[in-house]
Amino acid sequence: MINPAEDILEQAARWRTGGKQVAVATVVSTWGSSPRPVGSQLAVDEDRRMVGSVSGGCIEGAVVHEALQVMQDGKPRLLDFGVTNEQAWEVGLACGGKVQVFVERVD
Amino acid sequence: MQPAILKRLLDERAEKRPVALVTRIADGVQCIVTPGDMLGELVLNDAEQATIRRHLADDRSGMVEGGYFVHVHNPPLRLVLVGAVHIAQALAPMAAIAGYQVVIVDPRQAFATDERFPGVSLDDRWPDEALEALKPNRRTAVVTLTHDPKLDDPALIVALKSDAFYIGCLGSRKTHAKRLERLGEAGFGEADFTRIHGPLGLNIGAVTPAEIAISALAQITEVLRRAPESEAKAA
Repeated sequence: MINPAEDILEQAARWRTGGKQVAVATVVSTWGSSPRPVGSQLAVDEDRRMVGSVSGGCIEGAVVHEALQVMQDGKPRLLDFGVTNEQAWEVGLACGGKVQVFVERVD
Repeated sequence: MQPAILKRLLDERAEKRPVALVTRIADGVQCIVTPGDMLGELVLNDAEQATIRRHLADDRSGMVEGGYFVHVHNPPLRLVLVGAVHIAQALAPMAAIAGYQVVIVDPRQAFATDERFPGVSLDDRWPDEALEALKPNRRTAVVTLTHDPKLDDPALIVALKSDAFYIGCLGSRKTHAKRLERLGEAGFGEADFTRIHGPLGLNIGAVTPAEIAISALAQITEVLRRAPESEAKAA
């Protein structure tokens, strides 16, 4: 099933109930031609299992990296991705859009 | 995200009730806002709650004043198909992939069979009765496919009195003109007629049932997603 948020949060809850550390990333704002709309989500567990997406695959790696930090310290983070970002060459969006992603731990 | 917040969010969604998760981006403190109440550590004043509920009604997630992110979780879109015909066999699974909960209404036992529609919710009541029970709302599309006024018209009459965001009717221009004539006799007027998309679907030269389903789903998507002003621009 390709259905939106539903399965993502439910999967996050299942991983959590199963004793795994879990973080959820959410697209909170976009500019220009960003691939996934506001509200798109990606859930990650401590074993780097993923469900959902926050881009067309361009920034998921970086988001997972941050999500693992968030699982450790419990501090939510707001991540900026876009061509103007200093990380542009590593994790910039090929489409030229910009996106802000909020990452939080599922307690 | 605290367990109580996640649980309430999942519960509301399972019950198909509208719910918003509000997050203060600075520190991640959250609350749940529904049309009727609020739960969580984050405390919002009346004006802020009103803003959140407006986002809920508009089905619009995003940042709002005060550094809050509003994540709207509305019940799934619904598509009510009247007529368990060949086109419905293509349209039902396509709409399901696009995120719609599909219900097929057809009192004719020979058409509405599980064999023809595996995994699709079938309703064998008369279309007016079924539609009244299904209560089309702002997140519901209604499409009539039977070509039979006995079945299509009662469904249309209920749909036109509802907030359904899309109403479409399969049939030629001639059939559609006759349909509007009958609806006129039933007391409906020009404002109602403009809500009905007939002939059904975008004009992409569709021929087969699957192609007609694509053109219908494309038109439903257009009505759902395209803001009224851009529609005016396109006209």
